[in-house]
Amino acid sequence: MTEYIIPKLPGYDSSTLDAEFQKLAAQVEEESVMLATDDGREAFRLHWLGRKQGRLKLISDAWLKTAPNDKKGAVGQRFNELKVQIEARIGVSKLRPIVDRLSQVEKEHFKTQAIEIHREKQTELVEARRIRDITLPGVAQRIGAEHPLIRTMAEIVTVFERMGYSVGLGPEVESDFYNFEALNFPPNHPARDTQDTLVVAGQDAKPGRDRLLMRTHTSPVQIRSMLDQAPPLRLVIPGKVHRNDAADATHSPVFHQVEGLCVDTNITFSDLKGTLDHAMKAFFGSSVKTRFFPSFFPFTEPSADVQISCIFCGGNGCRKCKHSGWIELLGCGMVDPAVFEAVNKRSIELGREPVYDTRRISGFAFGMGVDRIAMMKYGISDIGLLYSGDMRFLEQFA
Amino acid sequence: MNILSSWLRAYLPELPVSDEQLAENLTLRGIAVEGIFPTACGGARFEMDITTNRVDAMNHYGVAREAAAIYSVQLAPLSDGMGAPVDAAREDAGFPVRIEARDLCGRFTARVVRGVTVRPATGLISEYFSALGQKPISGPVDATNFGWLAMGQPTHVFDLDTLEGGLVVRRAHAGEPLRLLDGTERTLTADDLVIADENKALSLAGVMGGWDSRVTETTKNILVEAAWFNPGTVRSSSRRHGLHTDASHRFERGADFNAAPVGNHLVTRMVLEQAGGEAVGPLVDVVVPELAAKTAGRERIILRSREIQRILGTTLEDSVLEDGQRVSGLNETVIEQVLTALGCELEPMTAVAGEYAVRLPSWRLDLEREIDLIEEVARVYGYNRFADTLPAWAGAVLKQPHAEQERAIRETLLALGYSEAISSTFVSAEEAAAFGDAKAGAAAIGNPLSEEAGMLRPSLASGMATMLAHNLHRDVATVRLFELGTVFTGSTAEVCEHAGLALGAAGSAAASALHSKDDALVFEVKGALESLLARFSGTLSFDAKSLPAWIAPGRGGRALLDGAPVAVFGELSADEMQRRKLRQTCAVAEVLAQALLTRPLRQPTSRELSRFQAVERDFSFVFPDTVRWQAIETMVGRLGISELRSARPVEIFRDPKGKAIAAGSYSLLVRVVFQSGERTLSEEELTLWSARVIEALRGLGGSQRA
Repeated sequence: MTEYIIPKLPGYDSSTLDAEFQKLAAQVEEESVMLATDDGREAFRLHWLGRKQGRLKLISDAWLKTAPNDKKGAVGQRFNELKVQIEARIGVSKLRPIVDRLSQVEKEHFKTQAIEIHREKQTELVEARRIRDITLPGVAQRIGAEHPLIRTMAEIVTVFERMGYSVGLGPEVESDFYNFEALNFPPNHPARDTQDTLVVAGQDAKPGRDRLLMRTHTSPVQIRSMLDQAPPLRLVIPGKVHRNDAADATHSPVFHQVEGLCVDTNITFSDLKGTLDHAMKAFFGSSVKTRFFPSFFPFTEPSADVQISCIFCGGNGCRKCKHSGWIELLGCGMVDPAVFEAVNKRSIELGREPVYDTRRISGFAFGMGVDRIAMMKYGISDIGLLYSGDMRFLEQFA
Repeated sequence: MNILSSWLRAYLPELPVSDEQLAENLTLRGIAVEGIFPTACGGARFEMDITTNRVDAMNHYGVAREAAAIYSVQLAPLSDGMGAPVDAAREDAGFPVRIEARDLCGRFTARVVRGVTVRPATGLISEYFSALGQKPISGPVDATNFGWLAMGQPTHVFDLDTLEGGLVVRRAHAGEPLRLLDGTERTLTADDLVIADENKALSLAGVMGGWDSRVTETTKNILVEAAWFNPGTVRSSSRRHGLHTDASHRFERGADFNAAPVGNHLVTRMVLEQAGGEAVGPLVDVVVPELAAKTAGRERIILRSREIQRILGTTLEDSVLEDGQRVSGLNETVIEQVLTALGCELEPMTAVAGEYAVRLPSWRLDLEREIDLIEEVARVYGYNRFADTLPAWAGAVLKQPHAEQERAIRETLLALGYSEAISSTFVSAEEAAAFGDAKAGAAAIGNPLSEEAGMLRPSLASGMATMLAHNLHRDVATVRLFELGTVFTGSTAEVCEHAGLALGAAGSAAASALHSKDDALVFEVKGALESLLARFSGTLSFDAKSLPAWIAPGRGGRALLDGAPVAVFGELSADEMQRRKLRQTCAVAEVLAQALLTRPLRQPTSRELSRFQAVERDFSFVFPDTVRWQAIETMVGRLGISELRSARPVEIFRDPKGKAIAAGSYSLLVRVVFQSGERTLSEEELTLWSARVIEALRGLGGSQRA
């Protein structure tokens, strides 16, 4: 028997432990050739299981007892596996001479019994390892929650992308020209008042159309897009907008819109109706109905407000729809020829070809408030929650 | 605004429908009835919501006109009824009226009624007013209000005996005083238009009458006035003096040029009815022809029925003839009927079929162009009688250039457990200074909602810190948030917009073999940044240089992609914590999202998986604190051992007592993995490589532990 030393454990992480114990297990297998003879068997036993100088005892002293408390389990488990392996080796070799003397019938008999015992042991083991309560909560894996506004906005955009609309974006700080002038707002329109619009400071020295303000709607992107692209075009424009509104349960100085624009030859009011009816069905479900009311926006004519049949009561009337069966959802209309003319005029100013010939080209535009739709969809009662960053609120959408 | 159905029916003797049906049909035509309430005088009170462009319909006769168009029924002409000329009981030359400001006042009518007795109104006025909730004042004043409610023509009654000489419509003298009906003293400017007598201003034209010339209980003789004023002048006077009245509302949106005489007759008739007396002399009606030509007499416009079809499209009543020709449900009969009922005069053009020269009604100054008439046709015909069609489309759907990057950012952060938040676009000047970059600048809002919202946010970190505080103050234990939004720099002359991104974390972060409990939160945020930035192409590195003041000293770092800074992160400084009354540490990261959006995403490439076993070797070293992991990693990488798969720190230990490890040093367990794609590694080469690693680590000032 050669001298041996127990090396220091290089680490306690599972891969190191596995590696070290596997080395030992390999040595057990290697040395088990000694078990063929009675002397050899005794030497093997003393070598591994000797009370004072047996290797297991030394391993226990060097590795198990010195292990930090939180690692004792990991070392101990592997230690026990090694011990079982050694004992099994010795046991089998003890039985060998007896087995050799047995008749075939006796062998079969013992074999059956052994299988039976093995099965029982297995059953015991399975029972011992049974998870006592699978209804206990799982180990928490926190995932982030999509913001309800971002989610709603993306859903709306997807509906229109499937209808051939490309996404258009624009700046949140706009000039009066894009936000009002080109959209056919008269110079004295109330929306231009600082009571309604947040303006950037120190604009007085600039010409009116260049004065900067927080865009009050996503509609200026219509103008920017038409200046960049010749017809035909189909755009869906999601974005953040601002108004000079004091915050309350239904108003926020910051809110979101999705705007749409479709321009081509022979785009008609019935196309507008069909498009929005289709989109609302795609978004809210195929049973939703739409109806159109005359309205007024400076940049569309004819202009309309669109109502959908109440998504909560199916149009029978409930508290959510104020018992009307209908919910007002968006504004829309045929692009006012004055808007095309403003784009043409601007193109000429920029030294470009005017390409929106109102005799040939027509179009429609629509816009909706994302906040209101999200609030309706998810039953949110206070718009302020959308802008609070409150985890308790946001995590509901995970 | 309120409308009585019984009053409407007075103008619509043949109206065939119930009040409810009428309300619904008006609503579907844009004359929205928001509520229907029963009244004591029979019929219903409609609560109306009429769009601002339709001032002509904000009165009973205007609504009745809409109903007449919808049902094609007779509308009783006002000039035959209440507005019919009132005969004079006594003749005279008429009251002297002179329009001096001929660019601002287009028409002025005046009528004298003598011998009145001012008393409360009775009869129809009192009945209607009580149903409408209109406050009664006195017979003559209520007569003017009745005229307003009936036909939307503002009128005024003067106490005739307070006037000195005839009336003059003129610009005010700069500094001229005038006490108005609301009792306030006003100082006028030369831009205000007034109605004056020979000596003094009497009323602010189109806005409000004067106090001194008002009709009182003792008034005996009255002058009834109805006029047409330029919308712009009324608007600017109304603004200048902060007076928004029914009259100014109508005039500034354009009154009916032809309504003044009818309105004057109507009010005169009601004054006689309510206060007795007699009309004296003729109705004085001074007209400025230039303004008449611009309004009531404006040019006809051409309407083409094929343009109506081009813009409006298919109706549910379209039909197809045997020869395949499509006939719109919106045919010429319908077009003519609708527009005529609205007061247009259609003259078919002889040269071209289906074209009309249309004379526009004087009360509809909002109608100016062909498209305005097309809208009227669609509106009265009924929007819901148009079909739902879908336009053909052959174009492609274009992706926004940065859509992929934006999606990658959201996807990664959500998966890492960060919830998306949206904070205010505005911050206080103090916050803008603390979080912004002075060189990049920031822009102020001219009319902020509050002092706390005076600036456009130059950084998302301040809003993030505020949201973390919001949660911690509400006892939310664990907060992980991100915001992807716009930040604004530059100046008020030119505002620059960039995409910004902030991450925020507070509460529960676990210590590890590498990070102490105290550092864990910062390293968790760093880990999130590493995962996020790994989605983008480029070589990622970190240092702790040029950190902003909102990061606590020595508690943060900076991330660079290909050597260019892309993010800063760290614990919130003591000042910022104090500003938000925070006691618990928070970690915030601010990412230059714009730099990420314009950077390509990392393209994953696949590598052959080795069939051969990987071998781990651990190296335990003590290093001085000055040696950073990034230097160790670089040094090991430079060894050029192609089989070296990875080197990573596994455990760090510092001894606060300086016993096991000297103060100013730390022990580090480095795990190196070797693997070959072609063969099983031999003990010899492993030994050789290990020696080289050890040598490299020693070269950095490390000493190997026994």
